[in-house]
Amino acid sequence: MRKKYISVAALAASAALALSACSPSSTGNGGGETTGGGETQAGGDSVRIGIKFDQPGLGFREGSGDPTGFDVDVAKYVAGELGYAEDDIEWVQTPSANRENALEGGEVDMIFATYSITDERKQRVDFAGPYFVAGQDLLVRQDDTEITGPDALDGKNLCSVTGSTSAQRIKDEYSEGVNLVEQGGYAECVTYLESGQVDAVTTDDIILAGLAATPENSGKFKVVGNPFTVERYGVGLPKDSDQCQAVNDAITKMKEEGAWEEALTKNTEGTGYTPDQKLNDGPEAELESCDA
Amino acid sequence: MNGFLELFAEYDILGAFWMNIRLTVLAAIGSFVLGTVLAVFRISPVGSLRAIGTSYVNVVRNTPLTIIMVLGVLAVWGQLKIEFFDDFALNFFTYAVIALSLYHASFVCEAIRSGVNTVPQGQAEAARAIGLSFLPAARVVVLPQALRGAITPLGNTLIALTKNTTVAAAASVAEASGLMKSMIEFNPNLMIYIFLTIAIGFCIIVIPMGILTTWLSDKLAVAR
Amino acid sequence: MKAQATVLFDAPGPKARRNILLSNAVALAVVLVVVVLVLIQLNNQDQLAPDKWINALDANAWANYYLPGLQFTLQSSGIAVVTSLAFGLVFGFLRLAPFGPLRWISGVVVEFFRAVPVLVMMFFLYFFFSRIVAPAGLIDSSDAAYYGVIVGLTVYNGAVIAELVRSGVRSLPKGQREAAAAIGMTNNQSLRLVEVPQALTAMLPSLLSQFVVIIKDSALGYLIGFYELLQYSRQLGSGYSNILQTLVVAALIFIVINFILTWLASKLAGRLSSRTVGDTTPATSTTGVTVGQA
Repeated sequence: MRKKYISVAALAASAALALSACSPSSTGNGGGETTGGGETQAGGDSVRIGIKFDQPGLGFREGSGDPTGFDVDVAKYVAGELGYAEDDIEWVQTPSANRENALEGGEVDMIFATYSITDERKQRVDFAGPYFVAGQDLLVRQDDTEITGPDALDGKNLCSVTGSTSAQRIKDEYSEGVNLVEQGGYAECVTYLESGQVDAVTTDDIILAGLAATPENSGKFKVVGNPFTVERYGVGLPKDSDQCQAVNDAITKMKEEGAWEEALTKNTEGTGYTPDQKLNDGPEAELESCDA
Repeated sequence: MNGFLELFAEYDILGAFWMNIRLTVLAAIGSFVLGTVLAVFRISPVGSLRAIGTSYVNVVRNTPLTIIMVLGVLAVWGQLKIEFFDDFALNFFTYAVIALSLYHASFVCEAIRSGVNTVPQGQAEAARAIGLSFLPAARVVVLPQALRGAITPLGNTLIALTKNTTVAAAASVAEASGLMKSMIEFNPNLMIYIFLTIAIGFCIIVIPMGILTTWLSDKLAVAR
Repeated sequence: MKAQATVLFDAPGPKARRNILLSNAVALAVVLVVVVLVLIQLNNQDQLAPDKWINALDANAWANYYLPGLQFTLQSSGIAVVTSLAFGLVFGFLRLAPFGPLRWISGVVVEFFRAVPVLVMMFFLYFFFSRIVAPAGLIDSSDAAYYGVIVGLTVYNGAVIAELVRSGVRSLPKGQREAAAAIGMTNNQSLRLVEVPQALTAMLPSLLSQFVVIIKDSALGYLIGFYELLQYSRQLGSGYSNILQTLVVAALIFIVINFILTWLASKLAGRLSSRTVGDTTPATSTTGVTVGQA
């Protein structure tokens, strides 16, 4: 009998140990990653920037190294303009579903994570930027000449990510006869595109370009280059942030200096992708007003 | 509660549950057939069949269904290019049914095997004594009694299967759990009502199964 | 098993032995042919390229993806085992309570959580934690999926364990209860000091195999964005276009761990059977009370 209680006690002790071994956010792994460790409050000497960790070309972290991608490059530049050295940046993973929450909860100071400015989101967070204007587009195999846009997809197979509206939009507005498969991520879609099980993958053009630009995929796919929506990627800030204007100024400066162009070229090399000129110089690229 | 009733018009909740029910029925048949075959393998005189049965059960039972579902689509459809239908919806439905059947077959096999254990040796000896060889003895004497003895674990497997049809969401099948996810995503203020609707829907399907199982296992129990 | 099997058929004679040998060969050939066909097709698809496998197996993959992922799989499952045990004990007791309404309420709670699919529970809890609990400042919003997984696993498996406790106590020989009454124990004392401890000892192997169920179910966290083994493997595969390979590795890790636990459960059952009058056989393999969810 006593032995049993000892084993129960051991079980409880191991549980306490496991609980104290902390949640993902505090151990520097998983959902809310911090590379600097520790809980640093906003306004200190460091800045916590939310990015994606699994989007090659935009925000991707390989192993425990520094993240890479266009979002990351823009974030570094902006942070630099705000007076933070690169070592002061704590990179925090912010998956799509978690972005507003992370800003509201004060877990990050700003977000650069393919974050489209929408009215719905503006009710919960502030936006600076946009620093890039993307559009929904299609990724196809390099030798594909048939698929030129969203209305050429009847009878074709299309892949997108579960819960995203982009695939449904094609079915509703362009090609009713399209075959849709929804997967956990774009990486899965790309493997199907390569093996020929789907004919196209759809989401924002720059995300597609980033996927196609990884060394393993280089030369296999191309972005169609016929964007049919407008997605204005903004810098997510907490509501009533006082940094909006400074971020906007930094973005303007980055574009003027040519660092913007350079970062874009570097991260989408080998895909034949050029950002839609009209969108990125036009009224869509006009910066958000910081008054509200 | 505001706007809750409109949700029923906007989302096809019954249709989504109907999908879960179809998955359940087809996968129940599939896993029962495969599970019975595996159980016969596991008690058969042929060593290699026993090995196949045992390793199947050990591997599948220890693999998360989520992985079977994801890998099924990723590897078998994506790379081996086995396609059942041109229409994606039907094709992935088939994939989900097969993944569910493969996974639950291992539990059906174990259930039947436990049922076989409840059949007294005398039954098998008697079968042999009247000249039945392995397959006829299994088919006519042992399995019918084993199935009756296995009603409870089989019923539990069926209940688990019904609930596990939600994992088909990972194979691009539009069923109730996936529907609930998008409903909450677009109506976060109603999340508790939405959850309760779906949850009670499952209770309505699952709880009678449990009652039926108990009733059947009492009724069909082999008097010894 | 062995004894049962041999009763079903005669000891094979020379002809039967030949047939068995033949069918062994055929079965082996069939398995081999299938394996070869699969490998050929994978090779055609360039999925056997050494690069893809090396990237899925090198030090970087283990140090930065599989091991952290495994840590969170085991951590969330481990916590869920303990919390669901607590949940199960409380509700198992309540279901045996002498006071009617207490029994009924706990019965409804247990039946509800047993009937709702874990995935549905997790989807809901994820939204609940990220939209209601996190904004209230109680948890980090990035932990919403983590807590969603733990609580989802707890209520389902806790309800299963509550049933195990109840049926474990019920299945004890009634002499135990009578003996307790004979030495003047009250109903409560008899439950607490005589019946439940024996039922618990008998349950330990079942609990261990419930651990396997919990580990498998924790993979559902993948669908709500929890960074566990499956999710980490996906992330690794996204960068190198070898998601198939990384998921195969993840599947193998799951199988090995669960295999060891299942094996331990059956060993434990053998050792504990002398310490209780209850039935120690792990539930998953025989009575099937706790058939695995995902």
